[in-house]
Amino acid sequence: MSTARDAILSRLRAAAPATPSPPPDIAAHYAGMPADDARVARFVDRARGWRAEVIETDATHWPQALAAVVAAKELRLLLAGAGTALSDGIAAAVPATRRRWYDAPIETLRPLLFDTVDAGITTARGGIVETGSLVLWPDAAEPRTLSLVPPLHIAVLRTSTLHDTLHHAMRAERWADGLPTNALLVTGPSKTADIQRLLVYGAHGPKQLVILLVRDGDPR
Amino acid sequence: MSAVRPVADPRAFKDNATLVLEDPVLRRNFRDAMAYLADRRAAQFPDSDAFGRLRTLGETIRRHALSRLPELLETLEANLRANGVQVHWAEDADDANRLFLDIARRHRATGMVKGKSMVSEEIELNHRMAEHGIDCVETDMGEYILQLDGDRPSHIIMPAIHKTREDVARIFAERIPGAGYTTDVEELIAIGRRTLRDRFRDATVGVSGVNFLVAETGTLVLVENEGNGRLSTTAPDVHIAITGIEKVVAKLEHVPPLFTLLTRSATGQAVTTYLNLIGGPRRDGERDGPREVHLILLDNGRTQAYREERFRATLQCIRCGACMNHCPVYARVGGLSYGTTYPGPIGALISPHLSSLDETRDLPTASSLCGACGEVCPVGIPIPDLLVSLREAARQHRPAARQHGALKGQGTAGSIAEALAWKGWRVLYSHPRLYRLFSWCATRLRRWTPASQGGWTRTRAPLIPARRSLRERLAERDASARRHREFHDTRS
Repeated sequence: MSTARDAILSRLRAAAPATPSPPPDIAAHYAGMPADDARVARFVDRARGWRAEVIETDATHWPQALAAVVAAKELRLLLAGAGTALSDGIAAAVPATRRRWYDAPIETLRPLLFDTVDAGITTARGGIVETGSLVLWPDAAEPRTLSLVPPLHIAVLRTSTLHDTLHHAMRAERWADGLPTNALLVTGPSKTADIQRLLVYGAHGPKQLVILLVRDGDPR
Repeated sequence: MSAVRPVADPRAFKDNATLVLEDPVLRRNFRDAMAYLADRRAAQFPDSDAFGRLRTLGETIRRHALSRLPELLETLEANLRANGVQVHWAEDADDANRLFLDIARRHRATGMVKGKSMVSEEIELNHRMAEHGIDCVETDMGEYILQLDGDRPSHIIMPAIHKTREDVARIFAERIPGAGYTTDVEELIAIGRRTLRDRFRDATVGVSGVNFLVAETGTLVLVENEGNGRLSTTAPDVHIAITGIEKVVAKLEHVPPLFTLLTRSATGQAVTTYLNLIGGPRRDGERDGPREVHLILLDNGRTQAYREERFRATLQCIRCGACMNHCPVYARVGGLSYGTTYPGPIGALISPHLSSLDETRDLPTASSLCGACGEVCPVGIPIPDLLVSLREAARQHRPAARQHGALKGQGTAGSIAEALAWKGWRVLYSHPRLYRLFSWCATRLRRWTPASQGGWTRTRAPLIPARRSLRERLAERDASARRHREFHDTRS
C-alpha cells in the first residue's frame, strides 16, 4: 500500500499552504478558568451525578469499606490485580474464596472473566473534578478488561490525585512524554440512550461503578 | 411502526423526502429527537461567550492540524509504528476493504465485532466482508438494531433515532433466538448486552473508528458511552481501526478541548462514559489487549476537498451531528432521505467529495440557509456559505465558481432552460427600456398567466403579476400629489 501512501501524501503536499495556520494557545485557555476551593466535594457531586456510588473513606479504612461493598452487593467473585499497592488490603478485606487475582493472560481467563466474575477492582491513577471522571492507566497487574468486562467496577481513588480538568492532569503528569498502551477516562457506569432516547445504565461495560474515595490530602 | 424505507441513493433525495414527509410516525420521531438534542446542547453552553471562546480554540486546533496535514500524518505514522501499530493507507473503499480482508484471512477470522464507525459505513464494510463469508456484527446498540432490521443509520450519533421502542421490541423478538417480545427498554438493552457478550468473548477481530489521532504521541482516541468501543478494541486478538486522514491533531493537549466540544455538541453531555486512548498492542508482560493493532488511513475524496481552501474547512469536522440536530430541513426529512453515509448540512458538504456533485447535487439545496448549522458548529465551519458555494458549483453560472476545479460532476445541475432564463433575466435587468416594456406586457397580460407553474404550484398559489408595476404606481402617486399641490397653490 506504499503507492497509496505516496499518492495521498503527494496530493496533500501539493495543496498544503506554505505557512501553517497559527497553533492554539491551550494553556492560556485553561488558565482563565476559575479555581475551585471545594474540589473534593465537587468531584463527589459530579461523580454521583453520573450514577457512580462514591464511598468516602481513608487510607486505613478503605479495606473495611470494600468488605462492606462485597457484603452489600453479595459479590461471589471479585477479580483484582496481584502485587499492587491495593493487593494486601483486598486480601485482608475479601475472603480467598471470593476473590481471584488477574494472574494469567486473558486467553486463559476468558471464560471466568466473561461468565463468572461479578466485580473487578482497580486503582484509579487520578480523578477529574470538572467532570467527576476517573483516570485509569491499565497495566500488567491491572489489565484493561478488569475495569471493563465484570458487571461491577470498583475503583480506589485518592483525593491527592484529583485534578481540575483533563488538561491539568495531562500537563501536570506530562502524559505527552509517555503514554501506556491504554489510558482511559471513566465517568459513571456504561450507558446508552439508543432506544427512543431513554437512558439505560449497563450497556456493554459495567452496570455499576463504585468509587472508594480515600482522603489522603488536598488535590493537586 | 413505519414501513417507509428511503432509498440509499442521493439522486432519490426528493422522492425520499416526500416519502418521509408523508409518514407521521417518522416525522414525529425526528422532530422529537432533534428538539431533545438541541435542548440538551443548549443546556451545556449556557454562556455564549464561553462557547465562543471554546469554539475558537477548537477551530484553531483543527485549522492548525489541517494546515500541516501531510507532515502530521508522517509524524503520526512514525510514532504509531514505534508504538507497534501497523499503519495502512487506502485511496478508496476498495483499497480499505482489501486491507480488512487480508488481515481477517491471515487470522482465519470468520467474523468481526464492530464498534461504531461512520467510515466503515462509508466503505460498506459489512456488505463487502459478507461477500467473502465474514460476518461483521455491529455492537453499538443503535447500529445493532439497524443491522438486525436491514436498515441504515439516520443520524451519525444516534443511528436508530427513527425507531420506536415498539419497533425494537418487534425486531428483537423476530431476529434474536430466545428473545421474547418486550417494550421495556431496560430489558431490551439487557437482551442486546447478553447476545453481544457472546460475540465479544469469541471474536478474533475487532473493528473501530477513531475520533482523534494524536501525531506527537501516536495515539488513537475513541469517545463512547456504551463500552462496546472498549470491548471491540480490547477483547479480540486483533484490532483494526479505520478513519479518514483528516482526523489527526498535532498534540495530545489538543484533545481535551475537542473532546469537550464534541460531547457537549453531540448529545449535550459534559463528558461521555469513556475516553479511550489507545497507545498500541499488548506489550510483553501485559495480560490482555490485542496482539495486533492496525490503523487504516482512508482518503476516499478527502484530498480532493483539501485541494481548495474554501472546502478544506469541511475537513475540520469532528462529526458531532449538531448541524443535523439544528437543521429545520433535517428535522423534517430525516437522515435517511439524503441517501448518503453522512446526512444533513455537513453531509451535503462532504458527500460531493466522496462520490461526485452529479449524484449529490440536490443536497446543498436542502437548506433554507437559516444559518443555524453554522451557528452551532463547534469548530467554526462556515456551513451556510459553503452550501451556497456548492449550489453555484453545481450550476456554474458565475465564473468564480469555476475556480472550484477540483470537484467531480461540477455544473451538472445546470439545465439549458434554466441557463436561458437567467440569461434573459440579465438582459432585461440591464436594459431599462426593455425592462419597462416587459413589465408593461406582464401586468397587462396577467390574466393569461399559466395556473400551473411546475414545482411552485404543487403546494402554493400561482404567481400572478400585479395589475400595475411598482414603477407605474409610484409615477401615478407622484402625479396625483403634484395635482394636489397645484390645486392648493392656485387657491392661496
